[in-house]
Amino acid sequence: MLKDIFAKKKKYATIPSEHDKNDVPEGILTKCPKCKKIIYTKEIYKNHKVCLQCGYHHSMNAAERIECLADEGSFQEFNQHLTSENPLGFPDYLEKLEKDKKKTGLNEAVVTGVCTIDGHKTVLTIMDSTFRMGSMGSVVGEKIADAVRVAEDQNLPFIIFTASGGARMQEGVLSLMQMAKTSIALKRFSDKGGLIVSVMTHPTTGGVSASFASLGDYNFAEPGALIGFAGRRIIEQTIREKLPEDFQTAEFLMEHGQLDQVISRLDMKQKLSVLLSMHEKGGESW
Amino acid sequence: MVNELEFEKPLNQLREKINELKAFTTDSEVDLSEEIAKLEERLTRLEEDIYSSIKPWDRVQLARHPERPTALEYIEELFEDFMEMHGDRLYGDDHAIVGGIARYKGKAVTVIGHQRGKDTKENIKRNFGMPHPEGYRKALRLMKQAEKFKRPIICFIDTKGAYPGKAAEERGQSEAIARNLFEMAGLTVPVICIVIGEGGSGGALALGVGNHLHMLENSTYSVISPEGAASILWKDASLAKQAAESMKITAPDLKGMGIIDEIIPEVRGGAHRDIKTQAKAIDQVLLRSLKELSKMDEQSLVAQRYDKFQSIGEFTKETV
Repeated sequence: MLKDIFAKKKKYATIPSEHDKNDVPEGILTKCPKCKKIIYTKEIYKNHKVCLQCGYHHSMNAAERIECLADEGSFQEFNQHLTSENPLGFPDYLEKLEKDKKKTGLNEAVVTGVCTIDGHKTVLTIMDSTFRMGSMGSVVGEKIADAVRVAEDQNLPFIIFTASGGARMQEGVLSLMQMAKTSIALKRFSDKGGLIVSVMTHPTTGGVSASFASLGDYNFAEPGALIGFAGRRIIEQTIREKLPEDFQTAEFLMEHGQLDQVISRLDMKQKLSVLLSMHEKGGESW
Repeated sequence: MVNELEFEKPLNQLREKINELKAFTTDSEVDLSEEIAKLEERLTRLEEDIYSSIKPWDRVQLARHPERPTALEYIEELFEDFMEMHGDRLYGDDHAIVGGIARYKGKAVTVIGHQRGKDTKENIKRNFGMPHPEGYRKALRLMKQAEKFKRPIICFIDTKGAYPGKAAEERGQSEAIARNLFEMAGLTVPVICIVIGEGGSGGALALGVGNHLHMLENSTYSVISPEGAASILWKDASLAKQAAESMKITAPDLKGMGIIDEIIPEVRGGAHRDIKTQAKAIDQVLLRSLKELSKMDEQSLVAQRYDKFQSIGEFTKETV
């Protein structure tokens, strides 16, 4: 019959169960979002959270990053007791902060301090995207500016690992001004000959990419990191065009002149160490 | 023979003959060692003759030799811990210019150079060593960085010229070159420039405003390529050889005009015959330059560069 030519329409839809979606047991194994390979979580951690198969860089929190960069036990933290207020009286802001503090054990979205990297002393500043998406409010601005002041006073290099969604909406224009506050601190430091190294990690966007993240004497990034000013969706809606797949990746930025190098996390410590050593005074002239 | 140069033809013919005879002696009972020795002696004399009187056009061929060592190869030989830095932070990363920081005898320096490719694929990537504005802007960015950290700057010059293209004009090729001349004049660190291949016009000079300027023996430095000059002057690019003779573009010519400081001797037959020995010859001159310039303070470096370039130009004043 004619009716049989047309396939029967299904009368139901299948919704994958929670269990099916997470087809990997939590904790023991991790599925790489890029190559889909399932690997023992322990193995990935041993490899600085870089996929052993495809080199995908899983995100890292501040503590993990300090562990893989700073010489053991050398990191001394600054300003771990600064805490945000709610200057605009934003509903639920303080509760959200409290929740993230509990979740991450951090006081804010950036950890600052001083450490040695292969014996080279440096100020090390690391943003943590697990705290309010690494967004920048008054405390983040103050902690970074203060870390720059320490570098300036003690003649140390200033290294920052960025990871941020941008300015923190709940602090309004105060957030915006942190862009200027941090940049001005860096300008004075730079004019005195201070070394600034910025390493952009996934994601570095908005007000952070448009201030200190882009102000390094050397701007590096981790492979595949999303880096940009405006979000992809906003751009697509504004220009009414589909953007290329690799738009705003570290590799895209490199090709467009914005980065000195894209550095794998596995080489990061060694490269930073060589770079730091080349900026130390010393030796007779030729 | 691939990449055979015109003036080396007699040498190659003789070498071939010697090899033939050698092969023949090992295969048969006949002893030809006397003949071979004679021919080898003749080869040495011929080499002497030919290489001691290299014509400008022959030097052009040597400077353009596809196997001539490039900036990155010398960087590899002369420096340690080279970290290449990319991008002009404005528009793009031009692969026709490379640059970064490295250690020279233990101390940090900034190294920049034009970069040709050695095969077709690399040449396409590097645009045959012909930079766009972003290349010059990257170079300038690295020079400013060197100045901030008080590192000397070493530039390797090797380009047919800045790329003559539409995009290059749109992004300000002239401005980029001009800016480099202007800003290099004020750098407060030693700047040493070495022409290793072709020094093609403004595209070469944009890395060339140094305290010291040296040239490899068989490199050239000119306002335009011999082909370009021939077609402008005589409307015939095939007269390039003649143009090369008359334009005074070789290292001895420039030394004679007081433009360059030293001629760096080349391995017999050209730098491509032995890059390690060639690098050693560059090393000696470079070290001497650095030793001399690092004794000078910031003002004297700028003043020396000023005086050096103000003194270039030939003219007479008519008596009234």
